Amino acid sequence: MCDTCGCSTEGGAVLRKPGQSDYHLHVNEHEHAHGEHHSHEHGDHHHEGSGRKVLLEQDVLQKNNLLAERNRGYFEARGIFALNLLSSPGSGKTSLLEKIIPALQQRFPVAVIEGDQQTTNDADRIQALGVPVIQINTGSGCHLDALMVNRAMKELEMQNNSLLCIENVGNLVCPALFDLGEALKVVIISVTEGDDKPLKYPTIFHEADICILNKIDLLPYVEFDAAKCRENAMRVNHHLEWFELSATTGEGLAALQEWLEAKMAQH
Amino acid sequence: MHEMSIALSIVEAVEERARQEGAGWISEIELLVGKLAGIEPESLKFCFSAAAAGTLAARARLAIEEPEGVGECGECGTTFPVNFYYAECPACRSLKVKILSGEEFLIQSMTIEEEEE
Repeated sequence: MCDTCGCSTEGGAVLRKPGQSDYHLHVNEHEHAHGEHHSHEHGDHHHEGSGRKVLLEQDVLQKNNLLAERNRGYFEARGIFALNLLSSPGSGKTSLLEKIIPALQQRFPVAVIEGDQQTTNDADRIQALGVPVIQINTGSGCHLDALMVNRAMKELEMQNNSLLCIENVGNLVCPALFDLGEALKVVIISVTEGDDKPLKYPTIFHEADICILNKIDLLPYVEFDAAKCRENAMRVNHHLEWFELSATTGEGLAALQEWLEAKMAQH
Repeated sequence: MHEMSIALSIVEAVEERARQEGAGWISEIELLVGKLAGIEPESLKFCFSAAAAGTLAARARLAIEEPEGVGECGECGTTFPVNFYYAECPACRSLKVKILSGEEFLIQSMTIEEEEE
């Protein structure tokens, strides 16, 4: 049950806006009504083999993929360049955005969609930068999907030709499967994690276009081999663009910033 | 646990089609889940029983075929089995491997039964 309005949306995602405690919007599809059709009792006698086979040959994620393509079309039409930021919790996605957005904002408009299970903490931090932001609370959900982004982007006041950063739920597994309509997937790891992370969670590194190694200011204090990590990431996906930086000290940020600016100019 | 939302997508897709076909209920669903698709078949089966409760697919059996991963070397063209995305060509050690199969994730077909009296 929704803790704000009391309606029953078990497991459904909710949109929130920082500083607007009365604003919340449920990401519902047309109700998928289970239980409407229990009227017929089947009894226990299955007529196995009497059935008719129907071919579907349809992608399991077709619905999400189609909606993601609609999102992509919307972004294209408005000249919006969308990034899907993926990482484990605590690798510094929000800190990186806090650091890089003020610089990027000098060049083009930026907007942010924040994904977390609960709280508007991350959206509050982004709001402080003065960019449009909306929070998706997924509740029990472990990833964002195209429907949530579709709803959120309509609530977000985005300018044309913006950079849209979609910060996914901190999770290196599930978000890999769900296309949101982004132009690029960005995976972020930090040196406080293991340098074998790309090998342990290969799917997300395989799907990503860019890999950012964050917290390099901590390298002297941890057992983390940055070169080894890069090699592992490249084993999984040799197309990866690789950046090493520290969102805290700002080291290495300029390279990412230039790269993003070039991408924005091209697209 | 993305398997739960995936199970719900499967139920939704087959139910929609089953209604169009005028089915009474669904007795079997055939899935193709490649070994590299990032889906755990056991976890999916577990979630499916919960996702399908109260739907036309409530008593459906999930038949899951799991195609092996096959890669092709981008340097020398050798094809070979791959279990992970970080495959290395066994012939020339190149890491430029293109995945040919193993990423499938499809609802192949379903078996529908007539309404029972």
